[in-house]
Amino acid sequence: MSIEDLLRRETPQVLSALTRRYGHFDLCEDALQEALLAAATQWRSGVPDSPRGWLLTVASRRLTDQLRAESARLRREAAVASADSLVAPPADDERLADRDDTLTLLFLCCHPSLSAPSQVALTLRAVGGLTTAEIARAFFVPETTMGQRISRAKQRLRGAGFATPPGAEWAGRLGAVLHVLYLIFNEGYTTTSGPALHRPDLTREAIRLTREVHRMLPDDGEVAGLLALMLLNEARRAARVGPGGTLIPLEEQDRVLWDRQAIAEGVALVSSALSAAPLGPYQLQAAIAAVHAEAPTPQDTDWPQIVKLYEVLLRIAPNPMAALSHAVAVAMVDGPAAGLDLLDGLAGASRAAVGHRLEAVRAHLLDLAGDASAARDAYLAAARGTTSLPEQRYLGARAARVASAAGE
Amino acid sequence: MKYLLLIYNNPATYEAMPEQERNAIFADVDRIMDELTRSGEFVGGQGLADPSQSKTVRVRDGVPAVTDGPYVEAKEQMGGYLIVDCETAERAVEIAAGWPDAKYFALEVRPIMHTAGADV
Repeated sequence: MSIEDLLRRETPQVLSALTRRYGHFDLCEDALQEALLAAATQWRSGVPDSPRGWLLTVASRRLTDQLRAESARLRREAAVASADSLVAPPADDERLADRDDTLTLLFLCCHPSLSAPSQVALTLRAVGGLTTAEIARAFFVPETTMGQRISRAKQRLRGAGFATPPGAEWAGRLGAVLHVLYLIFNEGYTTTSGPALHRPDLTREAIRLTREVHRMLPDDGEVAGLLALMLLNEARRAARVGPGGTLIPLEEQDRVLWDRQAIAEGVALVSSALSAAPLGPYQLQAAIAAVHAEAPTPQDTDWPQIVKLYEVLLRIAPNPMAALSHAVAVAMVDGPAAGLDLLDGLAGASRAAVGHRLEAVRAHLLDLAGDASAARDAYLAAARGTTSLPEQRYLGARAARVASAAGE
Repeated sequence: MKYLLLIYNNPATYEAMPEQERNAIFADVDRIMDELTRSGEFVGGQGLADPSQSKTVRVRDGVPAVTDGPYVEAKEQMGGYLIVDCETAERAVEIAAGWPDAKYFALEVRPIMHTAGADV
């Protein structure tokens, strides 16, 4: 394991220990950053026997120096915080017993008082162990901007305690953590061309962190579902982008390039979750991805099964993006006219939420229905509506393709 | 989501202003810049030199032709730009509405393309 990987693995452990002992999450995080910097240079000549102990010692020293140097008011606060942290958790809180502190840290970083971008940035730094510079590069913003975002988020958390949320809040707070992990995954799920080439691999980082959560909560069906969904999508990485960064749709991907090992793991995860845990949206999305992944050719896809899964998904967690995908699946079973009818039936609020994707799906269905001219117009409208460069290129190319196929 | 805020103005209008009013505008700009920096929304931005210093470059049949002055002759020219990274389009519009040039001229808010591509 490289020093960098080692440091990233230790980051959440050391930060949790510091925060438990001293309180002051923001100051602990600063102190740990300094210790990590010191380690990155000093460990080149030899990694200490106990890397975690080394980091804890160095960070604690920095922290106490800093606390001592601060005002008397701050020192009094620190004393109160340390006294608080000495109080043992209530004995009836079984959840606390054998749970990794990394989860507590994730709950803190995904605290509801923070905006989604702040939750993402703080999670990547405090739990993922990425440097501010790496996170800034990943989001194409200056390092000072990202640094400001992180320090503001830490300030906001000053009053928040370092503890797992109480029972009534638990599900909602875990949902926020999973959402942040999913955002990180999707942010990294990009083409491999242009400036994206030098981005840190957020997709793998999201999978690594979700694996950690799954290890801590093996019986949670939605955690397993999210991990499966990520693995099944990631399995297609090599096949979904062509030369020059062009996007390749599912039905045209070379399935030989799909990562069979990742698919097997994803399918196994979602199968056991579906049979053991209450149904949830991540499990259903993973199940849909699994049906696609298990088809040797696009023609072998079990579309009726996919339609059924989308119907359950729309019933338990209605969302406009799923409604679009449902329309595509219905078109594959009952013909494009049936899919187009569903699109026409979408409510106004749903239309606004899906934006240009509605036109992109309509274009695809019109193309299937043989209406090349209307398909071309819809593809062009979708291309004008997107803010994603690879998507815009794809939609523009589709428009040109249907027009030339129709001999225009 | 990142947005480019194109700031349009006419330097002559500001030249004709009493100094006090001009200084108030500079103070507004400083305050907004400070706010955007602290919120972590500021990605970049610069003011531009007077339009008279522009050069417009065209290449026709491989031959570059350079003329002095802006691409489009108009009273109002682009005077600077901001790049902000904010959560919603509404927030980008709010930032534009607070910028002093919006009171006298206009700001144009344009989404910046990104490279993330969802499955198609």
